Amino acid sequence: MYKYDEYDRALVDARVEEFRDQVQRRLSGALTEDQFKPLRLMNGLYLQLHAYMLRVAIPYGTLDSRQTRMLAHIARKYDRGYGHFTTRQNLQYNWIKLDDTPDILAELATVEMHAIQTSGNCIRNISSDQYAGAAADEVADPRPYAELLRQWSTFHPEFSLLPRKFKIAVIAADEDRAAMKLHDIGLKLVRRDGALGFEVYVGGGQGRTPMVAPLIRKFLPADELVSYLEACLRVYNRYGRRDNIYKARIKILIHEIGADQYRAEVEEEYLHVKALGIDPPAAELERIQAMFAPPPLVRDDSVTIDRSNPAFALWLDHQVVKHKVPGHAIVTISLKPIGGIPGDASADQIDVIADLAERFSHDELRITHAQNVVLPHVHMGDLAEVWAALTAAGLATPNLDLISDIIACPGLDYCSLANARSIPLAQKLSERFADMDRQRDLGEVKLKISGCINACGHHHAGHIGILGVDRKGEENYQLSFGGSGAEDASVGRIIGPGFSEDGVVDAVETALETYRSLRTEGERFLDTYRRIGAEPFKAAIYA
Amino acid sequence: MTLIRFRSDAAHEEPGVTLDGFLGQSNATAVRIESGEDVRLLLPYLDRLQLIEIAFPTFRDGRGYSSARILREAGYTGELRAQGDVLIDQVVFLRRCGFDALSSEKPLDEAAVEQALARFPYFYQKAAEPRAPVWKLRHG
Ligand code: SF4
Repeated sequence: MYKYDEYDRALVDARVEEFRDQVQRRLSGALTEDQFKPLRLMNGLYLQLHAYMLRVAIPYGTLDSRQTRMLAHIARKYDRGYGHFTTRQNLQYNWIKLDDTPDILAELATVEMHAIQTSGNCIRNISSDQYAGAAADEVADPRPYAELLRQWSTFHPEFSLLPRKFKIAVIAADEDRAAMKLHDIGLKLVRRDGALGFEVYVGGGQGRTPMVAPLIRKFLPADELVSYLEACLRVYNRYGRRDNIYKARIKILIHEIGADQYRAEVEEEYLHVKALGIDPPAAELERIQAMFAPPPLVRDDSVTIDRSNPAFALWLDHQVVKHKVPGHAIVTISLKPIGGIPGDASADQIDVIADLAERFSHDELRITHAQNVVLPHVHMGDLAEVWAALTAAGLATPNLDLISDIIACPGLDYCSLANARSIPLAQKLSERFADMDRQRDLGEVKLKISGCINACGHHHAGHIGILGVDRKGEENYQLSFGGSGAEDASVGRIIGPGFSEDGVVDAVETALETYRSLRTEGERFLDTYRRIGAEPFKAAIYA
Repeated sequence: MTLIRFRSDAAHEEPGVTLDGFLGQSNATAVRIESGEDVRLLLPYLDRLQLIEIAFPTFRDGRGYSSARILREAGYTGELRAQGDVLIDQVVFLRRCGFDALSSEKPLDEAAVEQALARFPYFYQKAAEPRAPVWKLRHG
């Protein structure tokens, strides 16, 4: 885990004081809401339908128990006892009072947390693989690079007023668990001839115009990361359109000028930038890497697990994957109980998770972009106890990557931009498919719901995606199939006319029954769809 | 209109000519760059320029930050003036990108500017200014 030193701390503290000052000026009337808006947005504070929402950064999704308990404390003291984990590996509080925000940020700062750059047209929280440092398939832990980029991007003087928001993800394994190619910049750490470097993908994104990022650099030596990204951003900042916010993302620029032209411009800029000496020295990366040293796990080939309790065995099969050190496991805690709000956790549940991380996971946990929580380093001998504690807290739903593991944005229940509600729809869908045998039979299905075209619920990347639209003042839902945020990234396609809320639940069910009747051995819904195309599904749904 | 300068030389009196005017054989020593214009076209002439004014039509348009850095990285030492919608909350970014004069359409309180510039004790990045970034402070 990264630990602040005096420099990091001084910067975050200065930011809290600056914001306290700005809030005071707002409350006294010295600042109008218009003037205050960009300032609060720089600090993750949004005005939603019913209250302020504060978005707290969880850099690369990693937390320790002390930080997690602070999140629970803030939920209790300043919110209504809940936190909402987002698809950006962040946490949102939906019921915040403006005059409390400086105190909340000050409390967060005591545990080395903040809300810096969780909104606004700047480089946002850097995301990463939730299994980083634990996954058997990674080249190296990607998080030290993500931390290097966190520092580089924090209060960057040139890139704090970009054409639009800018999202970066860093991964280090072939399996893409972070939707890397759907980011403005996606970085994949690879090893070539013994040397570490990055594949650099630029210009992916969701929203109104979803795109899978093209490969811009095949191999970037790891120690030139900062220079190269500076060049990438500078080219974007110079050319990126300001006249139309829907055309301002880097994906549009690259689409318009072409990946080759963009690459050439970046390389030219990079030749110049590289000579400026802006890359931190190797010693800085080593300093950070030392803090991400793997926990002292001892290989253990002798663990046997008693699977005689069927509920426990089911949970093991769905929520637990292999750790790089034999005898250990990576546990995903589902925040998707049947009928629940995806990504929501009560303060008490957050405390339980913190306790489990402290006792059983070397004081570490992760937030996933699918709105779940991970205990990355659990000894297999402790799994039964972890499961029992999760069960008692209502956190042991065994549905990872199944149909009820739904991603949903806040939608019309909270969000002022929404066309339709996402949460009640997610609840209905998860209730429709509540039967565990049925879910298991349907296998991996990634269902994602957004309440408007901004796509915070990643519907384009859903095997099944649902988009809320407004049709003559009525909430209406468009259904799309075939998206993926994984290493085989693709954008889903709308299958036909939209549905009412109940209609879309029926349509999903019909699609899945069609899949069941047409699948071949071992095929997931996505595979069957890719093999046979949309027609059989359409025929069944619009029959 | 407020002009705050961080230079000791005298302010340039004549207004800047347009980029097109300048490139069309003008002998002017001051030029004004509109947002969206490519400042790299000035690079051959930096020696004879004393003032480059960069327009910020709205504070949200951040193209001028890159323009400033390109000029400073190319060795320009004359006055670099941010002009337009220049707000207190951007002055740190502007200064760090190499602007040494702020010309604001709305009143800009000099004491508040000083306070804003003194707010952050360190910076993570190396930029167009003499102060060392945090990584340099950490490792020498
Ligand atoms: S997708 Fe739309 S409705 Fe959902 S959170 Fe984002 S902006 Fe709001």
